Amino acid sequence: MRHAAALRLSRLAEPLVEAIIRLCGWSAIFFVFAIFFFVFREGAPMLFGALDLGEFFTSVNWRPDSRIQAQYGVLALLAGTASVTALAMLLSVPAGLGAAIFVSEFCPPRVRETLKIVIELLAAIPSVVWGFIGYMVLNPVLIAVTGAPIGINILNGGIILALMSVPIIMSVGEDALKAVPDTYREAAIALGASRWQVVYKVLLPAAKNGLLAAALLGIGRSVGETMAVLMATGHAVQIPHSLLDPVRTLTATIAAELGETVEGGDHYRVLFVIGTLLMLMAFLVNLTADLVVKGVRGKQNG
Amino acid sequence: MTGTETAPSDRYSISVEDLCLWYADFQALKHVSVDIREGLVTGLIGPSGCGKTTFLRSLNRLNERYGNVKTTGTVRILGKNIYDADVSLGELRKAVGMVFQRPNPLPVSIYENIVFGLRVHAGARALTRRQLDELVELSLTEVALWDDVKDVLHRRATHLTLEQQQKLCIARLLPLKPSVILMDEPCSALDAEGTAAIERLMDGLRGRYTIVIVTHNMAQARRTSDECIFMLLGELVEHGPTVNVFLRPTRKETEMYVEGRYG
Ligand SMILES: Nc1ncnc2c1ncn2[C@@H]1O[C@H](COP(=O)(O)OP(=O)(O)O)[C@@H](O)[C@H]1O
Ligand SMILES: [Mg+2]
Repeated sequence: MRHAAALRLSRLAEPLVEAIIRLCGWSAIFFVFAIFFFVFREGAPMLFGALDLGEFFTSVNWRPDSRIQAQYGVLALLAGTASVTALAMLLSVPAGLGAAIFVSEFCPPRVRETLKIVIELLAAIPSVVWGFIGYMVLNPVLIAVTGAPIGINILNGGIILALMSVPIIMSVGEDALKAVPDTYREAAIALGASRWQVVYKVLLPAAKNGLLAAALLGIGRSVGETMAVLMATGHAVQIPHSLLDPVRTLTATIAAELGETVEGGDHYRVLFVIGTLLMLMAFLVNLTADLVVKGVRGKQNG
Repeated sequence: MTGTETAPSDRYSISVEDLCLWYADFQALKHVSVDIREGLVTGLIGPSGCGKTTFLRSLNRLNERYGNVKTTGTVRILGKNIYDADVSLGELRKAVGMVFQRPNPLPVSIYENIVFGLRVHAGARALTRRQLDELVELSLTEVALWDDVKDVLHRRATHLTLEQQQKLCIARLLPLKPSVILMDEPCSALDAEGTAAIERLMDGLRGRYTIVIVTHNMAQARRTSDECIFMLLGELVEHGPTVNVFLRPTRKETEMYVEGRYG
């Protein structure tokens, strides 16, 4: 009797659980689109209205609250995002991939577990804390080391962003290396290859798409990061000429200015256009990463 | 450590003395001593888990990949104990090639698979493109693969059939001029036709290389090997000419195994 009841229950519960899981999956997709739609809707009147897209992309003049004539040129902001992200990637891709190779190929198992925990902890630090570290710790260090008048600049933001991206790059990169069948390693070792030769003659070519995806995800993280760069890069809207110049990024601009705008005003709407632009950029980076990963699978199966 | 340095009077290619091996606390090889003749095919038989793969992999020190392995005893190959501290693993593995249970071509082109060993040992730089091409043709011809793949040399090796892949895995050892070739159940992933092809190929290599082949297949051991080693629970039970091991075994366990009563 009890058995039959339990069976009936499980027969009822199963479709229910399935429905809940399905709902979760669909709602995730729904929310992404809803967010995009909302951001786009807030920006749209300006995007299709008063905003001069030519000026938007090519002008360095960002003067949203000018009384005489407001100007909305994001070129300097784009340059800010690009320079900080580029520096961050220059630092974090070699460091992250190097760490991935070390952890997956050279590290004794016990050290590996400890290292992974430390790195994952690094990933769990909220970005405000990173910004704080940039502002309070790295700032004086950079002033002392470089002699620049202020240490809140591209270099600071790049280093902080790199520290934030390394955990992602490392863990995705490590997965990519782990996915390389061990038989490849054995084949190479049995032919006399040293550990390093195995890495650069076999693993890097075999895992290159996964490693590329790791780097792209790191870029995605850098492009989208707000609080840390807001606090660590200074606040100057300008095309930078050196690593020690302060800049302003797209994300930092939204975070810093949205609170002061009038809802529905031009400035408010332009910030949402920037938001739309950022979402498109993030989407593109992720899509590329995805296609790259799929590319490997397709090739391996085919 | 290269084949050309061998003294012709040296009749044994591999001399194992009192070899013991532990995976952590588990002893997988127990005091194995055996002399393996140069230029012959030696079959290695025994029930699953008796240590055949372990023994084979201790001949090119591949077991050391796993961190928890301890080995004692000596293995002399071409007159030198390969467990001496001054032995170069690269040179050892150049002289002692290995073919695995599942074909494992590298995920590069057929051509690059063949010259991989040369590149690893910096031998490729001393050779011209022409010489490399010739070596590739020679190696592939040796394993009867040249006609099949001569037009697709730059295609990825992982697209070949399993039989072709296993032939390639044998062919890629040859440019390094090994003196010993270890084979761990090289046909277990192949069909009857592939098995026959690999066996023909081994016949062609006989005499020029010392071959040690692990096999589960009694008929294959009888067909291919000149001498046979029977192992049980990590110990060497019997070693002798294949006909003797199969027809006149000296030990009860061997007799029971070759008659198929366990395994
Ligand atoms: N990497 C390893 N770690 C621990 N034990 C192992 C390992 N490889 C093999 N063994 C054990 O050693 C014994 C011999 O294994 P193996 O040499 O693979 O046998 P065979 O090839 O004859 O089937 C088995 O009991 C197996 O469980
Ligand atoms: Mg085995």
